[in-house]
Amino acid sequence: MELDFSPVWAGFPALLHGALVTIEVTAASLLLGALLGLLVGIGRLNPKRRLIYGICTVYVGAIRGTPLLVQLFLLFFGLPQFNILLPAFLCGMLGLGIYSGAYVSEIVRGAIQSVDRGQMEAARSIGMSYAQAMRSIILPQAFVRMIPPLGNEFIALIKNSALVSLLTIHDLMHEGQKIISVSYRSLEVYLAVAAIYFVLTGATTLLLRHVEQRLRAGGMVQ
Amino acid sequence: MSDTTDPIVRIRGLRKAFGEHVVLSGIDWDVAASQVVVVIGPSGSGKSTFLRCCNGLERPEGGRVEICGRTLVDEGVMLPEPELNRLRQEVGMVFQAFNLFPHLSVLDNITIGPRKLRGLSRADAEAAARALLEKVGLTQKADAMPASLSGGQKQRVAIARALAMQPRVMLFDEPTSALDPELVDEVLQVMKLLAADGMTMMVVTHEMGFAREVADVVLVMDGGGIIEAGPPDVIFSQPTQERTRSFLQAVLKNQ
Repeated sequence: MELDFSPVWAGFPALLHGALVTIEVTAASLLLGALLGLLVGIGRLNPKRRLIYGICTVYVGAIRGTPLLVQLFLLFFGLPQFNILLPAFLCGMLGLGIYSGAYVSEIVRGAIQSVDRGQMEAARSIGMSYAQAMRSIILPQAFVRMIPPLGNEFIALIKNSALVSLLTIHDLMHEGQKIISVSYRSLEVYLAVAAIYFVLTGATTLLLRHVEQRLRAGGMVQ
Repeated sequence: MSDTTDPIVRIRGLRKAFGEHVVLSGIDWDVAASQVVVVIGPSGSGKSTFLRCCNGLERPEGGRVEICGRTLVDEGVMLPEPELNRLRQEVGMVFQAFNLFPHLSVLDNITIGPRKLRGLSRADAEAAARALLEKVGLTQKADAMPASLSGGQKQRVAIARALAMQPRVMLFDEPTSALDPELVDEVLQVMKLLAADGMTMMVVTHEMGFAREVADVVLVMDGGGIIEAGPPDVIFSQPTQERTRSFLQAVLKNQ
């Protein structure tokens, strides 16, 4: 058995372009996931607000309890039955973002709840509203604690984004499969695809480590 | 508006329970302007809850709390949020665990309230904050982060932070209980200074020396009620209640 990487080199520009699409869809869904996660995480802080808490809890349960691939297919193949035809990229971004938001919300909730109760009481005692206290006192402290788990979530999102290749999005995985379909060099091409994913996640890891060290140096983390 | 003879804090029939457990069983008390009221009593007697009801951190189910003539809570109904937040600016609170904001410098801890809630400019708020830091003896610590301060310094910053809102009354919830013994005095000194300035104060403490020296009135609480009240020399030398006597005996043995 002989390895032949020549199809990889020939298709390298296409793979790089695919990697760019992977970065784009991941970044867009990361933003959506972060926004959703923040809102839902805060919505799940107080079970006494039953409607908001209920909606948020059903969302987190449904998303975490079903496969991402099924969720993506529901958006891409299911919605057209209601004549809702979303572009593939939008479906991918929405699907990944909604999926990620459920996990981010648990990170947000955990981080907020780990901030000492006395912080909220002190903020309220000088006359701040709940929202003001959350914004200027609780969230800045919680945010620092979110960074390591958010980093893990970000990396998981990069890897999960390979599933959007099944929605006809020309991401890294999809470009790899196109090369295989003409060269039949599965092993070589998938190895190359894996290596590029590894570079993306590795770079993210280093970036996050840098951010955390900066915060530590600034005295934000003990 | 209320004239000066009206009490700053008026409490009528205050009741509070956590589930089945009754913590406050009907408290009536008035705190006049510039009065220093020290609340003592065994742990679990409801002292802290009593204090926390006075700025709405706890919601009492029964009775009424009025601050400067405004009703904070009446039979379990709290003032609506925006007004409650405004009224809380009139009531400063100092906590046992300091509760400084660890992500903000000392100066920002003190200025965040006046800037965000009173609309002061940064320059005005910082000038006022520096004056307060001078008062509590921490001028050099303006740019320090809370983590680098000793417990006594933290508590003095917390007092300055509360004072920055120019409250009409200050509540102290065991302000020295979390401090190493050698740091207690610097905090008590600041509190004595405040009392001398005419600040209206309600202080929950186990510092009997402070009570004896500074209090106008000592309230003795037990079992969720006030069992005895009076000037400190009377309470400490001729308590009428057996429970007061045994409590004082137990506390003073350790001081």
